[in-house]
Amino acid sequence: MERYRTFDHTADLGLEIYGRDERELFSNAAFALFDTITDIGGIAMREKRTVSVEGSDREDLLVNFMRELLSLFHIEGFLLRRFAVYELDDHSLSGEAEGEIFDPKKHGINTEIKAVTYHHVRITPTSDGFMGRVICDV
Amino acid sequence: MSDIRIEKIDDFLWIIPRVGGMRVPGMIYSSRDMIGSIGADESPKQVANVAHLPGIIKYSMAMPDMHWGYGFPIGGVAAFDAADGIISPGGVGYDINCGVRLMTTKLHVEEIKNRIPDLVTALFRDIPTGVGSKGPLNLSAKEEKKVLLEGATWAVDHGYGSTDDLLSTEDEGKMGGADPDCVSDKALERGKQQLGTLGSGNHFLEIEVVEEIFDEAVARAFHLEVGQVAVAIHSGSRGFGYQVCDDYLARMMKTVGKLDFSLPDRQLACAYLRSNEGKEYLSAMACAANYAWTNRQMLMHWTRETLGRTLKKSPREMGARLLYDVCHNIAKMESFPIEGREKKVCVHRKGATRAFPPGHRALPEQYRTVGQPVLIPGDMGTGSYVLVGTEKAYRETFGSTCHGAGRVMSRSKAAKTTRGRSIGREMAERGVVVMATGKRTLSEEVPEAYKDIDKVVDVVHNAGLSRKVARLRAVGCIKG
Repeated sequence: MERYRTFDHTADLGLEIYGRDERELFSNAAFALFDTITDIGGIAMREKRTVSVEGSDREDLLVNFMRELLSLFHIEGFLLRRFAVYELDDHSLSGEAEGEIFDPKKHGINTEIKAVTYHHVRITPTSDGFMGRVICDV
Repeated sequence: MSDIRIEKIDDFLWIIPRVGGMRVPGMIYSSRDMIGSIGADESPKQVANVAHLPGIIKYSMAMPDMHWGYGFPIGGVAAFDAADGIISPGGVGYDINCGVRLMTTKLHVEEIKNRIPDLVTALFRDIPTGVGSKGPLNLSAKEEKKVLLEGATWAVDHGYGSTDDLLSTEDEGKMGGADPDCVSDKALERGKQQLGTLGSGNHFLEIEVVEEIFDEAVARAFHLEVGQVAVAIHSGSRGFGYQVCDDYLARMMKTVGKLDFSLPDRQLACAYLRSNEGKEYLSAMACAANYAWTNRQMLMHWTRETLGRTLKKSPREMGARLLYDVCHNIAKMESFPIEGREKKVCVHRKGATRAFPPGHRALPEQYRTVGQPVLIPGDMGTGSYVLVGTEKAYRETFGSTCHGAGRVMSRSKAAKTTRGRSIGREMAERGVVVMATGKRTLSEEVPEAYKDIDKVVDVVHNAGLSRKVARLRAVGCIKG
């Protein structure tokens, strides 16, 4: 199953994310974010970060989750390779990110994602699981 | 085209009549040429949406470079009553105090025309650019807070430039009311590393040459003449401003539901100016504005040094002088004559530039008789315009005009359309030496991805919102 696709939105970048269940949707959202930023295959799994976020509903939770991962990159240069969801309900998510710290000599940046927005965010059930749509400011 | 009704008023002005919950009409400055394509991205609907917000005065306005933005359109101008109006992070934008400065020199193009590749290479080496780039400063938390409070004054106090530079900066490079306690730890952390960096995307540092003068008298007052070499710097508050915007959007998204009005779009999340959320956002935004002014001041200082060193010229021979520095993503408390009385309002300019008229007390003495210099950067390698503020803008648009070319093509579409082309070589053929850090930056920022800057400037000139003074052509450019 395809993990995500990108779509155009004026000056911004849209991510359409898929998952067989909601846990997979969230971990694929993490994948989509960092696969857009860099070549995710070039990220080694050297370090771990625990992540827990809250939201008013599933959509809010998805945006807050992606904002949190992006801030790991913005603040300490943490590039994510994989995300494992431990717990997920309507208002909270916790899990663990694995990856390494950005090294300009090793990692190329393909697209700088500056922010994950609430614009037209949605999660919908599909015939084979769930689909999420998020727009990022690039 | 969205379902918004737009009526032509004259050759450069269109109105969105007041319907439904709109508190005021919408007003779009454009031309017959450009108005046809503006509806495609729903930005007219955004103009109408902004008109729903409490305390909005006169009109919800958009400049000719308008396009879709988060909540408010980019190119949007809206003023809200200080007593019962709102403030919205989406009305300022993510890159708080993104702006432009233009530094002129005594050099003539003939003196440097064979040195442009050397100059671009030296600037590219000395100015930190691109994603993940860190500034050379290792700021302590205490020192960073001083930057947030003092703005460009901090830079000058630490040896980056002179007090003359401050006099030629909008608000002298310092916004009052800044309070670092209103800023999150995340924003402080992002800000610490990035002070003194240009950034990526549409930000640039460009060597330009004055190509044409439209208004001799004003050009003289601005010390501009044909053939003169200048440098334009387009940058903002980097990750710091983004984080401030992101933090307050998330916070206001939660609080706005409890207010006594409903929003046509969740992205217009806002707070009353008189509320705690509103006041705290304004104080955090001022910190970001001060950060951006400090940043541009440092970038200019290094540029001045690098040019002098590369050309082996003394500061006196270089004669580098800041013409002016403007911000084009900001909300400000300003006073305007409204219905015969001076009224304090909060003007949101998101992708719009202040353009104050001759005589205004906010202008530095050297420009008070002619009006405020307005700097409009074009797309990569095109050059830029210097305009001057007018009385009409003061009366009609809360002293505001356009900010740049405005995107018409998404970044990925631009990258697709230019696949297989060498944009660097194409730019060189046009006489512009370009260097960029990002692999895709040049194709994403290709000139055809933007509206024609000449057309945008013609609209604001003909509509009387600012007048053309000079046009500069790019000869060298560095990007993130």
